[in-house]
Amino acid sequence: MKKTEQDEIILLGHGSGGTLTHQLVKTVFQDAFENSILDEMLDAALLNLPHGRIAFTTDSFVVDPIFFPGGDIGKLAICGTVNDLVVSGAKPLYLSAAFIIEEGFPLSDLRQIVVSMREAASDAGVSVVAGDTKVVGRGSADKIFINTTGIGLIPEGCHLSPRRIRSGDAVIVSGSLGEHGLAILAQREGLAFTTPVVSDCTPLHRLVAAVLDGGGKGVRCMRDPTRGGLATTLNELAAQSGQGILVQEELLPVRREVAGGCEMLGIDPLYLANEGKLIVVVAPEVVARVLERMRSLPEGRGAVQIGRVIENEPGFVLLETELGATRILTMLEGEPLPRIC
Amino acid sequence: MRPYKNKKEYSRYLLERLYQEADYPLTAMEVCGTHTVAIARSGLRELLPEKIRLISGPGCPVCVTDDADLDYAIALAREKKVVLATFGDMMRVPGTTSSLQEEKSRGAGVRIVYSPTDALVLASENPHLEVVFLAVGFETTVPAVAVALEEAIQRGLKNFTVLSLHKLVPPVMEALLEDPEVKIDAFINPGHVCTILGSEPFQFVAERYGKSCVITGFEAVDILEALLMIVRQYRENRPAVEIQYRRAVRPDGNPVARAFIEKYFIPVPVRWRGIGEVPGSGLVLREEYAEWDATRRFSLSVAPGKRRGNCACGEVLKGLKLPYECPLFGKACTPVKPVGPCMVSTEGSCAAYYRYGERKVGGAI
Repeated sequence: MKKTEQDEIILLGHGSGGTLTHQLVKTVFQDAFENSILDEMLDAALLNLPHGRIAFTTDSFVVDPIFFPGGDIGKLAICGTVNDLVVSGAKPLYLSAAFIIEEGFPLSDLRQIVVSMREAASDAGVSVVAGDTKVVGRGSADKIFINTTGIGLIPEGCHLSPRRIRSGDAVIVSGSLGEHGLAILAQREGLAFTTPVVSDCTPLHRLVAAVLDGGGKGVRCMRDPTRGGLATTLNELAAQSGQGILVQEELLPVRREVAGGCEMLGIDPLYLANEGKLIVVVAPEVVARVLERMRSLPEGRGAVQIGRVIENEPGFVLLETELGATRILTMLEGEPLPRIC
Repeated sequence: MRPYKNKKEYSRYLLERLYQEADYPLTAMEVCGTHTVAIARSGLRELLPEKIRLISGPGCPVCVTDDADLDYAIALAREKKVVLATFGDMMRVPGTTSSLQEEKSRGAGVRIVYSPTDALVLASENPHLEVVFLAVGFETTVPAVAVALEEAIQRGLKNFTVLSLHKLVPPVMEALLEDPEVKIDAFINPGHVCTILGSEPFQFVAERYGKSCVITGFEAVDILEALLMIVRQYRENRPAVEIQYRRAVRPDGNPVARAFIEKYFIPVPVRWRGIGEVPGSGLVLREEYAEWDATRRFSLSVAPGKRRGNCACGEVLKGLKLPYECPLFGKACTPVKPVGPCMVSTEGSCAAYYRYGERKVGGAI
């Protein structure tokens, strides 16, 4: 009986550098990521870069489950690195993609992941120009790990940095919080919520362009609140800027189903990862314009000002609770574990 | 009480009433960890009149798990073919020398589950493994364990056992009231526990000890309402057990759930961390279900380890000390590397104080 694509799996030979590797690279990666630089198939991608400041970042993706509501590890690997570039103010240009695959991994799953990567890269306007594949024995890796590294160009005159944050600046978030983290957790643990929570995994290049267009030099800095969630990212901004940040609890956008799921698990949505959200700190005079521009895009429809930068309590994030009291919002400690009662 | 207009406005109204009516100093203990976190999260403590002091009691079943019990659970997880299925909160709780998280990293069979049913599924899908469900929790979580046990028995699942570290709330409240060191005027009672128990098992608090007891929901407004009920009881000198959490608690609780508990479990004296042995405050499986009791299935003998010194968890649990009065708080003991159980659990008092920085806020802005 002839084997179908469905039956095919990754063998140790696919990582040997020989015929099987060449076949895999050609039929799975090269065909999907097709571009003239990759097609050269040299030991290094040769890039013609425009003159200017380069942004350079790398990230590895080991998410479990590899397929989840709203995306998969492939889409995440592209969006994650693209978003790290764009929040630095860079226009993403080129990515590399390196795969560490466990022996026995279904080829059809690999193809699905690579298709997601191609779609996300094409959406973000980047080319995957270099790559690598390694196969490790069964049990030596959990299904598939992906590393992506990205290069982008920072436009002339764009200087985003937490050091530019001033007292009185506004803190804006682009939409509701905690969806990616909860979607992963729910899928991983087989939790069924009445309303399924879907990951917000998406590239942020359009949203960032809208922010810069609306806010110009009034945009101080941007972050994407991934691991550790909003609370951790705000703490990083407070520490790096030497300013205090005060946020209003009642302004924090959290969807009802996320709030419910978090309550059930005893997890705070402010500490859950997001993969398609933007935190922006802007000068007060550009808030209205930036919000208007953000809200004109689907990925920024829920944009809202959640707080402001304050002079006192430098380095701390304070939360004004619904009761009108203030408390300190700390960084994430350890792994958010569910509570028991 | 007035109906809600909106929570913020109603909270303000309740706070105003408290300022007007609280004319005696009084100390209320919240028994439940979920209340501890709600108080910290909402910043309630800093808004209350100075006369009202809130202290956190032994309200987290994780916090009060004894070192020796954890050592036993760890020894089980190290056994060949055993998978210890546990709630996430138990992972970082330190035994005398290690924790389940450390053991898992070293290769012991530890798996996080969200319900006893998950552990049951794990057992039925892996007949070659021995699945031990680490049952921790107050009365709230026991019925679900009893239901899972019933299913295991009916299906004849021989590779599923329960290590019951369940604890009971009324006996420990009694132990606290008997302790001459502990000064408590009133209890904010755990709403979830009382959905099972109702108000009857707490009558002794008012009748024998003359203290107030209000069964309370978990939002800040619930706690404010309960405090106002306590203040009014105090002013009128009529200690009683009242239900603030009427939307979930009936005076007779949930008799069906209680019957389930009684069918499978029997109260025994157990050690509470920081408090010591409390008579009738633990639950173990009845003799007729010995086959599903992990302590009887695996007759392990675990040598007693050396308990940690210097940690003030015991006094924190009794409300004798506030978390930051412990010499280890925030230095040798943080949520990342906890020493005592009150720092381990998301609902432990020390973790709540540390996380929400109650010491630093208040009048800063």
